[in-house]
Amino acid sequence: MLDALLSGDYPRSRALSALLLLIFVSLAFAPFLFPGTVAYQTYSKICVFIVLVASYDILLGYTSIVSFAHTMFFGIGAYAVAIALRDVGTGWDAVLLGTGVGLVISLLAGLAMGLLSLRVRAIFFALVTLAVASGFLILTFKLYTFTGGDDGIRFSVPRELRPSFKLLESDLTGFDVIGFLTTGSLQDALFKVSVNGRVVMYYLLFVICTLLFLLMLRVMNSPFGRVCQAIRENEFRAEAIGYRTVYFRTVNVCLAACIASLAGSLMALATRYAHPETFLSFGVMVNILLMTVIGGMGTLYGAVVGASLFLLAETYLQNGLGWVHARVEGIPLLADVLTPERWLMWLGILFVLSIYFFPKGIVGQLRVWAQARRARRSAGGDGETAAAPTLGRR
Amino acid sequence: MTTEALERTKTFKPAEWIDAQPHYFLLLLMGALGFLAMIFYSWAHLAELGAEPTVLGALGKAASSWLTMTVAGLAMGLLIFIMASGMTLVFGLMHVLNLGHGAFITLGAFVGASALAALSGLTQADSLLVNLLAIALVMVAAMLVAGAGGLVFERLIVRPVYHDPLKQILVTVGGSIVILQLIIVFWGPNEIPVSRPGSLLGSFTFGDVVIEKYRLLAVVVGLAIYAGMQALINRTRIGLLIRAGVENTEMVENLGYRIRLLFVAVFVAGSALAAVGGVMWALYDQMIHSHLGDLRMVQVIIVIIIGGLGSITGCFYGSLLVGLLFNYLSLVTPMVAEFASIGLMFAVLMWRPQGLIPVIRV
Repeated sequence: MLDALLSGDYPRSRALSALLLLIFVSLAFAPFLFPGTVAYQTYSKICVFIVLVASYDILLGYTSIVSFAHTMFFGIGAYAVAIALRDVGTGWDAVLLGTGVGLVISLLAGLAMGLLSLRVRAIFFALVTLAVASGFLILTFKLYTFTGGDDGIRFSVPRELRPSFKLLESDLTGFDVIGFLTTGSLQDALFKVSVNGRVVMYYLLFVICTLLFLLMLRVMNSPFGRVCQAIRENEFRAEAIGYRTVYFRTVNVCLAACIASLAGSLMALATRYAHPETFLSFGVMVNILLMTVIGGMGTLYGAVVGASLFLLAETYLQNGLGWVHARVEGIPLLADVLTPERWLMWLGILFVLSIYFFPKGIVGQLRVWAQARRARRSAGGDGETAAAPTLGRR
Repeated sequence: MTTEALERTKTFKPAEWIDAQPHYFLLLLMGALGFLAMIFYSWAHLAELGAEPTVLGALGKAASSWLTMTVAGLAMGLLIFIMASGMTLVFGLMHVLNLGHGAFITLGAFVGASALAALSGLTQADSLLVNLLAIALVMVAAMLVAGAGGLVFERLIVRPVYHDPLKQILVTVGGSIVILQLIIVFWGPNEIPVSRPGSLLGSFTFGDVVIEKYRLLAVVVGLAIYAGMQALINRTRIGLLIRAGVENTEMVENLGYRIRLLFVAVFVAGSALAAVGGVMWALYDQMIHSHLGDLRMVQVIIVIIIGGLGSITGCFYGSLLVGLLFNYLSLVTPMVAEFASIGLMFAVLMWRPQGLIPVIRV
């Protein structure tokens, strides 16, 4: 059962398994564990970004394609849904239409990009996608009659997803974990959860994101995924063995584009607002890059860990920095560097350091440690052979 | 010269010439298309004014607006070239794709703004020479700061990841985030206005042709940098080593030259050039903010791709092409002007995947 679900790609590290389980359980029961609007926005964003980052990892980590146009697909999905719900109506048909149109456009754009990699390679490709993505961003700003430009698009979602919709008449009881851990009072930690459209939206999001993630695990552990990894390791050799690398690259780009587009549609539905800054800006692209690398390139679980940690840091690290800032107030330069607004700088430093010292990211490093532990345990001289069976898989 | 080569010089074959000199061909084509667009534009403009458009009148008006736009476009192109030259130089020699280049453009702009404010005595003087001296001093200041920054950046960020293009891209993006945040720490997150010295405001007019004074300065600085780079690379011993290093790094090392030192020097020079570009852009836009470099990077990248990664000549002509295209189109159809350069980039890539003047085979 688990083997089929995870496609045989286990975390292969106890600490990692525990971490993944913790993230999964927290997300699965999130509305009942974390009260408040900020928490709601954070955990739905985490779900979407896990899928988005995983789809980027398919390109960057598994196939070594550096693309800066991933937010473009994310934005296409979001804007397609937003425009459909604004202009067609607020029913489910409009949602499906928007998602479908977004998928088709992303597929075509991905196809064009994949074919472009026929003409230009590696570094050129990265630069070209950077230019294309910024062109798309400018286009979104300029076509304001269609895309809302700088104002973005606010739209209504189907009735079942609105906060006013009640799925169950009576409220359920939730348990505030953070509150319990900080106050220690069992009575105060209980809170009421009204099962309204927001909760329905979240579970829709959660289920689709889980399915998409499992799908990506399946694809990347299939023969197709193996060829992609072969292209990453040595493209020339993969071609020499007889794989048409352009075909594999193009399919890969299209797959990533479609999943990113779906993630965009979901995100737009959850926030009921599409804006270039949240979907298309270069800042979002850099965030995806940071999450992929910090989590661990070439391991889809890295996307889970990276996206969760990054987004938690984005929301809560600032509070921590605020606390530190209050301690160092008087000291001129240090106080400026440690304000909550400068959290991105610390993340940038962390990012650079992690590329140098943990190039495999958190997940890769946990696996290395776990492997070393296994090797030590079965030691007695033949640690090499004990480690050998796992060496082939990364 | 072989007889075959002599033969070739005698009979002029357009296809061969286009293939050998794609940059001249595109530049001529761009100018011609621009002139054509100007004719249509003037015709429509004259008709709009109510006057009966005559062929001669439209031609005359087209000629003057074409000249105005061409000079402005070349100046714009040279502004882009100043910003892009450092990046292409670094890539050409070191094969390091420095996506943090934009951060150095921003750094230059901010240091330049502070230096200009400090030199207000010189910038407010009513003399062109004194004003130019002020700008030169500002540039030197920006180059020094950005050069020092480049030295640190090369040591901390780039050196550990030579020969690993993927990590270079990631690490330089990370490094640029840190630099930008540090810039915000020092200068604050708000936009800062930059006042151009009085003698560089306004424009010259010759009949109907209008030329902004500042654009002339951009042309002079841009051409000086281009000529300087060409001279340095083609005429000096250091240039010889750089060219040899591009061709075969190991061989130069084996001959006993410390090519590392050369790499560092080139990286510092690249950062300093970015700073000059930042100062020039700050004076042109008269407003700076922390996103300035990232926004300029798009054009820089387009220009570098069109020219061919690592090629200085290619970067120069690519910049001119993009500048001209932008200016012609912003007069005729402003909507399209912003992405036209991306279209041009695609067209060039479809025709020549390595850019106009390829240096390397990626």
